Amino acid sequence: MHSLVFIKQVPDAAQVRVDYHTGTLIREGVPAIINPYDTHAIEAAVQMKDKFGGIVSVLSMGPPMAEEALRKALSMGADKAYLLCDKVFAGSDTWATSYALWAGAQKVIQENGPVDIFWAGKQAIDGDTAQTGPGLATRLDIPLVTCAIKIIEANPEKGYIIVQRLIEGGSETLQVSMPCMITAEKELNDLRFSPLPDLIKAVKSSVQLLNSTNTTIDPAQCGLKNSPTKVKRVFIPSKRERGEILEPSGKEIADVLFEKIEPVLKQMGRV
Amino acid sequence: MRKNDFDVIIVGAGPAGLAAGYVLAKEGISVAIIERGIFPGSKNVMGGIFYRSSLDDLIPDFYKEAPIERHIVEQKIWLLSEDSMFSTGIKSEKYNVEPYNCFSIFRAKFDKWFAKKVADASAMIINETVVKDLILDGDRVIGVKTDRPNGDLYCDVVIAADGVNSFLTKSLGLRKKITTNNVALALKEIIELPDKVINDRFGVSGSSEGVTIEITGPYFDKMRAIGFVYTNRNSLSLGLGVVTEDMVKLKINPNDLLEKFKSHPAIKPLINGGETKEYMAHLIPEGGYYSMPKLYSNGFMVVGDAAMLVNSIHREGANLAIESGKFAARTYIEAKKIGDFSQKTLSSYQKKLEDSFVLRDLKTYKNLPKLLEEKQYLISKYPKFIIDAMYEMYNVDKVSKSEKIKLIMNKAKKELGYFNILKDVFSVWRDFR
Ligand SMILES: Cc1cc2nc3c(=O)[nH]c(=O)nc-3n(C[C@H](O)[C@H](O)[C@H](O)COP(=O)(O)OP(=O)(O)OC[C@H]3O[C@@H](n4cnc5c(N)ncnc54)[C@H](O)[C@@H]3O)c2cc1C
Repeated sequence: MHSLVFIKQVPDAAQVRVDYHTGTLIREGVPAIINPYDTHAIEAAVQMKDKFGGIVSVLSMGPPMAEEALRKALSMGADKAYLLCDKVFAGSDTWATSYALWAGAQKVIQENGPVDIFWAGKQAIDGDTAQTGPGLATRLDIPLVTCAIKIIEANPEKGYIIVQRLIEGGSETLQVSMPCMITAEKELNDLRFSPLPDLIKAVKSSVQLLNSTNTTIDPAQCGLKNSPTKVKRVFIPSKRERGEILEPSGKEIADVLFEKIEPVLKQMGRV
Repeated sequence: MRKNDFDVIIVGAGPAGLAAGYVLAKEGISVAIIERGIFPGSKNVMGGIFYRSSLDDLIPDFYKEAPIERHIVEQKIWLLSEDSMFSTGIKSEKYNVEPYNCFSIFRAKFDKWFAKKVADASAMIINETVVKDLILDGDRVIGVKTDRPNGDLYCDVVIAADGVNSFLTKSLGLRKKITTNNVALALKEIIELPDKVINDRFGVSGSSEGVTIEITGPYFDKMRAIGFVYTNRNSLSLGLGVVTEDMVKLKINPNDLLEKFKSHPAIKPLINGGETKEYMAHLIPEGGYYSMPKLYSNGFMVVGDAAMLVNSIHREGANLAIESGKFAARTYIEAKKIGDFSQKTLSSYQKKLEDSFVLRDLKTYKNLPKLLEEKQYLISKYPKFIIDAMYEMYNVDKVSKSEKIKLIMNKAKKELGYFNILKDVFSVWRDFR
């Protein structure tokens, strides 16, 4: 079984502050971590390896310091780590990012063989778009299960997996054929406390760097310039006014409420 | 016999452990540094004045690439009473030329940088792992147990660089009992201010020049307390170290004390308008020479704060940690040549420290902790007298200067007593002779 996990390094949200003058995030001095949802994707992939054998590859796109995140993934039990790192990727939106990751994945497949399950976190805590995983599934043209909370059965021999996923107000269970793409919720598993030999292995392993010259990536499809998403404005949402609290009781309250609502309804042309 | 995983295992990636690791790795010795924090520096609190010379031996001109805040051009000492401040110190252009004497730094950034250097020298740094115990063969240390599954590691020598609470030295029984008189509780805040504001308030001509202020005096009542204010690029490190015994005895809430410190009329304008960004507390071993543990055992050496190597009066700790780390590493290299890691061979580590400024300085100040324990008033009553005398001499109120001197002398007689002054002078002289 070959799993490929897409991970992202993000600033630790618990420690990010907002610069109220510019409306941007102050990232200076904030520790970088693996996107928390991605850690569960890694764990799920490593559990597959523990059960069925095979290997786990991890791929990330980011600045050189994202190597730390990949090393962490290695210490969690991944075997091969790749970092897409090139100026041409800078400013990519989710569309361009999934393109670059897709191209990077081709390289990983070339080196480590076909992938049975592609994994990612359900979303990154810095952008919160939840689009990269689905974007990758589309480009790879494979079935997609987002927001996975439980692996019910995996059968690599017959080439299917049954996954429970979170939906609004409940959950649903899907069976998909492999290869497939699964994005993880935190409920998917509990992270392991890695054994020491894995930590040592992680320090010793190398992270392979991918860029526009050693992959088939087309720079004309990456980066800020080639991203269809345009940021129009970044702003801090204005604080919502505190609601009015009414304290009369019994029948009285209905009258008071009606008095409040009537003019609004009139204005809307509803009465 | 079991195969070694590494030649040397160092516990703790502070300055002591990193320095030892660097020297060993450069010699091609296989070494692992085990750190419980998520990265080296993540658990470290330091007011932040780092002296150049000890690290410069290892990484020449390190300050040109390391993350430093400001080089220090002026060091001041302030004595505070309720409403006054007496100031002395040294500012020199000699401090303003490369290679600088010392720097303000943030340990979280600095240690991370240092660790990268050490890793590049091919020492293995293992983070997020706690050493729980030593593995012994008879009375010989042969490895460590960590909190990780399959977490035992074997080696020739373990170097304990695990800081002030050194659990390892305790577990081997090398440590003397640490009393509340031997450790200070240090509190520290980082207060953010624009660099231009800092430059103006501290009278320096650029954002790379810095100032330090060490503060004591009757304002801290009967406590053995030293306050400090150090300039970083865009913030101030402000804090206090108080001998824990005094805090307990006088039932002082450390936070109240810090607030009191910040509200002093001489301190307040320095931090005015600043935003407190971080707040930290940590212990500093201040017991000095007499509180040191035995520094070595079979297959074992102790470095840095774990060995209580801090010169509190000169706020030297990180540099002594580095110095001791180097000596321990060199001792291992010599021991490896003869293939013997017994106490007898490793005792040359202590010898090296004794021949260097590290233990010479600690010996010079060896009686200081005891002296201040018995005569706390040396840093409250005398400063008060100096402040009052100074105030009097500059206060023109038509009393003649000779009259004023008489008044001051009378005050000295009343508050301190001539005979007591003589006794104190003698005991200080005797202790530092
Ligand atoms: C507020 C304050 C201000 C100071 N100001 C100065 C100053 O201005 N100048 C100066 O030179 N010194 C200063 N010092 C002293 C200086 O910080 C110390 O002397 C120095 O950090 C000692 O280095 P070390 O490597 O021995 O220990 P530490 O820096 O304490 O490092 C010990 C490391 O060991 C790790 N560790 C501990 N136990 C274990 C374990 N069981 N398993 C794995 N890892 C473990 C810890 O996480 C830590 O990273 C100050 C100290 C404080 C608290």
